[in-house]
Amino acid sequence: MPHFDSRLAQEQGDMPLFREPEGGAGVAVRATLKRDLVLLMRRRSEVLNPLVFFALVITLFPIGISPDPELLAIIAPGLLWVAALLAALLSLDSLFRSDFDDGSLEQLLLAPQPLPALALAKVAVHWLLTGLPLALMAPLLGIMLSLPAGSYAVLALSLALGSASLSLIGAIGAALTVGLSRGGVLLSLLVLPLYIPVLIFGAGAVQAAILGDGVSAHLAILGALLAVALSLAPWAIAASLRISING
Amino acid sequence: MAFDSLSGFLAMGGHGVYVWAAWGVTALLLLGVVLHAHAERRALLRHLRRRVRREQHHGASGGATTPVSHQEGHARES
Amino acid sequence: MWAFIHKLGSPKWFYAISARLQPWFWVAAAVLILVGSAWGLAFAPADYQQGNSFRIIYVHVPAAFLAQSIFVSMAVAGFIFMVWKIKIADMAAAMMAPLGAAMTFVALFSGAVWGVPTWGTWWMWDARLTSMLILLFLYFGVIALRGAFSSRDSASRAASVLAMVGVINIPIIKYSVDWWYTLHQPATFSVTSRPAMPMEMWAPLLIMVLGFYCFFIALTLMRTRSEILRRESSKRWVRELAGEVS
Repeated sequence: MPHFDSRLAQEQGDMPLFREPEGGAGVAVRATLKRDLVLLMRRRSEVLNPLVFFALVITLFPIGISPDPELLAIIAPGLLWVAALLAALLSLDSLFRSDFDDGSLEQLLLAPQPLPALALAKVAVHWLLTGLPLALMAPLLGIMLSLPAGSYAVLALSLALGSASLSLIGAIGAALTVGLSRGGVLLSLLVLPLYIPVLIFGAGAVQAAILGDGVSAHLAILGALLAVALSLAPWAIAASLRISING
Repeated sequence: MAFDSLSGFLAMGGHGVYVWAAWGVTALLLLGVVLHAHAERRALLRHLRRRVRREQHHGASGGATTPVSHQEGHARES
Repeated sequence: MWAFIHKLGSPKWFYAISARLQPWFWVAAAVLILVGSAWGLAFAPADYQQGNSFRIIYVHVPAAFLAQSIFVSMAVAGFIFMVWKIKIADMAAAMMAPLGAAMTFVALFSGAVWGVPTWGTWWMWDARLTSMLILLFLYFGVIALRGAFSSRDSASRAASVLAMVGVINIPIIKYSVDWWYTLHQPATFSVTSRPAMPMEMWAPLLIMVLGFYCFFIALTLMRTRSEILRRESSKRWVRELAGEVS
């Protein structure tokens, strides 16, 4: 579409990260990755807030239920997974919000490169700066909940795998609600039911590790869910973004 | 016939409350849904008729016509 | 064939054809549901394990079937709307969603009431009830998303995408919930999975299921016709129609 190209080049002439709008998809994906990483590293609170939220929610449970280590050890896998899931959910709203507000999302839609690939790049950055830190932080909170030994690695691994699916599924909801002024609560209503399979197998993996059962089956299913999400979600995200922008 | 008497039928072998509660709620809901659909259709037709009459009154050729506003408040035309 | 589908896709044609189809589905639904109710409530033999409380199955299972089928139909309609831009499909999808949510509620309520005589409690995190509850939330999501947009076209497309995403997830949710349930409560008796049901028991169930499906079709036809009147109210044929009726 040469018509779009010339307009795009003209409009984005002063944006160094988008200097090559005619480049291949690889260039655009790399540029999107770099741009989003830089932007998020500049707004560090957006990266830190989900982690603080995660720690805070985990603190609430011993206070609300009981400080008894034995009781906490039983419910720890589920608590950690649910709290991490909510923290990931909390960060979703900002996934496309700032790009929508400053108009760069519209530029992304006009780019000649395939939108699903660009959307995937954005989701990858989101996972790298929320899902992965949450997974790495979870063992620390596991100690505070007296999570039985031997399940820490599985906890981190299942969260790292699962949160990638969560980011992908959640991005669909975020893309659908980005144009709405009061999208926050609606976003959780749309996304939480779709999170349930990941929660079941993620928390199940940690449970299995505690009981000494094999965890490879759970992790394999988490991987399969990720593969399904990876193959379908980018298209759904792209379609949703087009609805939110052009509608 | 699985029951000897009407009272036996109503009692459902001691489970009457549960059976009739489940069936009653289902029947009420189905009936309510049908009644709502009828009322919706009647209201729409009434609305349309009134508008057609009003436009005939004002010389029919009035330019921009907006669709009937949605009852449940969603799907506002912009 | 294609010409027929395209004609059906035009609101005017749909309005005319559905007017002729609709009464048959209403009659079929009324007859089937009445016969099935009488048979199921009064003539089917009591269950040897659960006694007469098992008669709740005749509303629980058809409602649960319908709840799932309506979501699938909604997603199919959304797909048709997104691919071929057939507006009728979206009107039907918009009208199906509340009925689907209502049917999910019926399935949940009858399941909970059934739980009292069988499990001794109103709520169990039984696999079937849990996935029904999740389905209810999915319905709420679709309805809420459609209501949240100010432009009708965006609302239609967003709801279509969400319905399609949901329908891909429903089997995944169902299997993972089943798996989760067998892991946590291996010994509980499941209300509807039974070895073999005699004919006198499943025949009325089949009739009820068919009746519920006819009801769904009839109601969707009727409400889609209303939706046509609502959305196409500025079209000439709709005004002529309104003039005729008065």
